[in-house]
This record gives sequence, C-alpha cells and structure tokens, in this order.
Amino acid sequence: MIRVILPYHLRNLAGVGKEVSVDVDKPVTQRSVLDALEIGYPMLRGTIRDHATKLRRPMLRFFACGEDLSHEPPDSLLPVEVASGREPFLIVGAIAGG
Amino acid sequence: MSGIRVLVGTHKGAFVLTSDGTRKKWNVSGPHFGGLEIYHLKGSPVDPNRIFASQASDWFGQVVHRSDDGGKTWQTVGNEFKYDGDPGTHRWYDDTPHPWEFKRVWHFEPSMSDPDTVYAGVEDAGLFRSSDGGGTWQEIAGLRRHASGPNWAPGAGGLCLHTILLDPKNPERIFIAISAAGVFRTDDGGKTWQPINRGLRSDFMPDPVAEVGHCVHRIAMHRSRPDVLFMQKHWDVMRSDNSGESWQEVSGNLPTDFGFVIDVHAHEPETIYVVPIKSDSEHFPPEGKLRVYRSRTGGNDWEALTKGLPQRDCFVNVLRDAMAVDSLDPCGVYFGTTGGQVYASATAGDSWAPIVRDLPAVLSVEVQTLS
Repeated sequence: MIRVILPYHLRNLAGVGKEVSVDVDKPVTQRSVLDALEIGYPMLRGTIRDHATKLRRPMLRFFACGEDLSHEPPDSLLPVEVASGREPFLIVGAIAGG
Repeated sequence: MSGIRVLVGTHKGAFVLTSDGTRKKWNVSGPHFGGLEIYHLKGSPVDPNRIFASQASDWFGQVVHRSDDGGKTWQTVGNEFKYDGDPGTHRWYDDTPHPWEFKRVWHFEPSMSDPDTVYAGVEDAGLFRSSDGGGTWQEIAGLRRHASGPNWAPGAGGLCLHTILLDPKNPERIFIAISAAGVFRTDDGGKTWQPINRGLRSDFMPDPVAEVGHCVHRIAMHRSRPDVLFMQKHWDVMRSDNSGESWQEVSGNLPTDFGFVIDVHAHEPETIYVVPIKSDSEHFPPEGKLRVYRSRTGGNDWEALTKGLPQRDCFVNVLRDAMAVDSLDPCGVYFGTTGGQVYASATAGDSWAPIVRDLPAVLSVEVQTLS
C-alpha cells in the first residue's frame, strides 16, 4: 500500500483523514499513484492534475523523503521508501493567497 | 406558510440563509466548503431542494457540488468542462491570440422544466449543459464558434460568461452575456447564436458601436415579459423592448451609470433595481453612500432607496451576481457586498436591514421562495 498525505481541502472533499492508503500496481510513479488515488476517490479527479493534460496543478507540490519531486517526469519511479510504504507521498498546497 | 432561502456564495465559502415568509428572523447556515471560493449557487425551479454550487480555486481547480436536500448535505458531481473540438484562441488583453482555457464556472442556470438539466456559464467564455444532474457536461459549442469568437477579449474579471437567461415562453431561446463580448441570443436551442448589441456604446473600443466587444455586466428580464431586457453595462443602464434587437439607454437621473447588478421586481415588470458604483476605476458607491436605485418606469426616472443602508463611509462593491428578488408580496429584494453584508428588503426596497454583516466578501446571491 502506498501512503498519500492530502492537503486540508482535499481531505474534506474526499471525506478522509490526513493520510490515505491506495493499492498501486508497479511501477510506482507519480502517475500510477495519482491514477490509483483518483480511482479510490473519484471526487479528487481534476483537483490535483488537469483532467485533459494530466499536468499537476501549478499551486500544488509533490514531496517525498524530504525532496521536492514536483518537476520529476510523471513516469519516473518514486523513491523505494514510498513504494514500500515506509514513507508517504505528500501532496502539498502552495502557501499563498489571502 | 411560505419560506425564503437565500443562497450566498462568498470568497471563503457558501452560506444558506433561511426565514419564514415574514422575512424578519433569519437562520444562518455555513460556511459550507469553508475557506474555498464559491462563485455561485442556484436552485432548480422544478425541485427547489436541488442546488448546484460552483467551487473554484487556483489550488484545486473547479469542483461542482450538488445538494438534494436544500443545502443541508452536498455531494460532488462532474467537474470536467471540455471545450468541443480544438478550441483555438481568443484575444488576450494585449490583443495577442490566447488559447481558450477553462478556468471556472461563474454561473449555473437550472432548467425551468427538468431538475436534471442545468446550464453553466464559464471562463474562458463558453456555455455548457448537463442533462444528468451535473454528472457530465457538454459544451453548447455553437456560441463559441460564432465568427466573432476569436476576437472576444476578457474584461478585468476574465473572459467570463456570467449571465444565462432562459426564455420562459420559448424553450428554444436563450440569452447569455459575456464580459467583454456582449449579449448573444439563440433561437434554435443553442445551435446558432447572434450578437444582440445594437445601440450599445463603449468608448473603450476603437469602434464604440461595434457589434461585439462590449463589457456587459448583467442582464435581467421579468418572466412574464421575456422580450423586454434590462442591462447594466460597464457604463450605462440599457433596455431592449425587442428581445435585444436594439437597446436604448435608460440611465436617466442616476448619480453614476456604472455598476454591476440589475434586477426586476417579481410582480411589476417595469420596476427595476440597480446599485450605482462610482466608476470603473473606483469600485465603491459614490460619496460613500450605499444606495439602491429603483425605477418604476422601466428606467430613466430613478429614486434612491437609502432607509436602513449606510449613508456614510461605505466603500463596498456589489458584484454582478449578487442581487436577487423573491416572489412574495410585497416583493423581497436582496443583495450582498464585498464587505460581507447581505441586505434584505421585505418592502420592495422601501427599507432595508442586514441579514448578516460579517461574511467573507459576497460573490453571489440567489433567492428561493419556498411554498
């Protein structure tokens, strides 16, 4: 199981707590994790990445293992610690706005 | 006993205000979707417990919520608004071509006959329809494919389709308004559209009387008389007596004819309301006095309605979708401000009182009269 930490508003939208777990077929990449997340929580479709382009929304970031993976290609392998479930994949909202 | 439900979209959530038919004591429910921008909520005239809400943010994009119990609980429905085919480009602020990009839903207009059918006006300007209660959305692409489409350009708030008027007497006829393109009408259910802006004058354009390019802020009609339209334009208050074929200015004695909202009394088709705003550079009431102006003659002759409204040091705005009327007798009139107040008049505007004073900035106000 892959652990995913969601930002506050997406937790509320999905009706879940801070962290969810999703089954992901290998290889474990940003794309496969987000695909699995959207299957498990269809109300999140279009909120993390654009419906059509599948690109990350610009005011969200993807972190894991102390690294910013936001600009990694979506099909790059995520760290082993994420793939093994030891570390979570974090979806973080930009600290901006009023 | 009748009741009133006021649906308020704000910069930081939605609020549902309810009262019995006396409109004296109000219950405030919310914030729903706290912390998120709710552009618009509107209920179905066929099933008033069905309400659609548009949540849009730079972080999470567009989310559409639907309630089937009058706003007590909500579920998410479809949020994919895909333009039909290759959407091409429109004009950007600097006159360069800019790709058509969906940003948000500005306005929902539920069908008058089918609770599962609802129209959505979006930015970048397009008209969508759902026939399954918001589950899926299809563009009514004939509008955007009008020959003038590539020349549409955004107003300060974006290239938004903000007003949808369904003709109660002719289901094939729809009026829409886009800032800053103008008003368009279809007479064949959306297949083809024509601009209906003759008589408008906009001095910010190279050709002030061009067929397309006017910054129309809002249009309104009385459902008993859908051939008569009223308009608050960027500057100028206008009316048309022939379904938009031509317009005449009816600003008359208004202190300023800039503003955003315009609405029509529920029982008097010639009684209309506007909230004059000082100018396009200063979006607040002239002299710091919040005044609704009422005309009982369909324009030109206006009276200031001030009782119960702040008459000094008031510098709020009233945005284009933030005024509505109920259908009780006397007609109730409601509007919300960027200062977070929602004012109500149970006397057709003669006197006013705030329902709430301290909400986040109000983006939209809609009213349901419940039996």
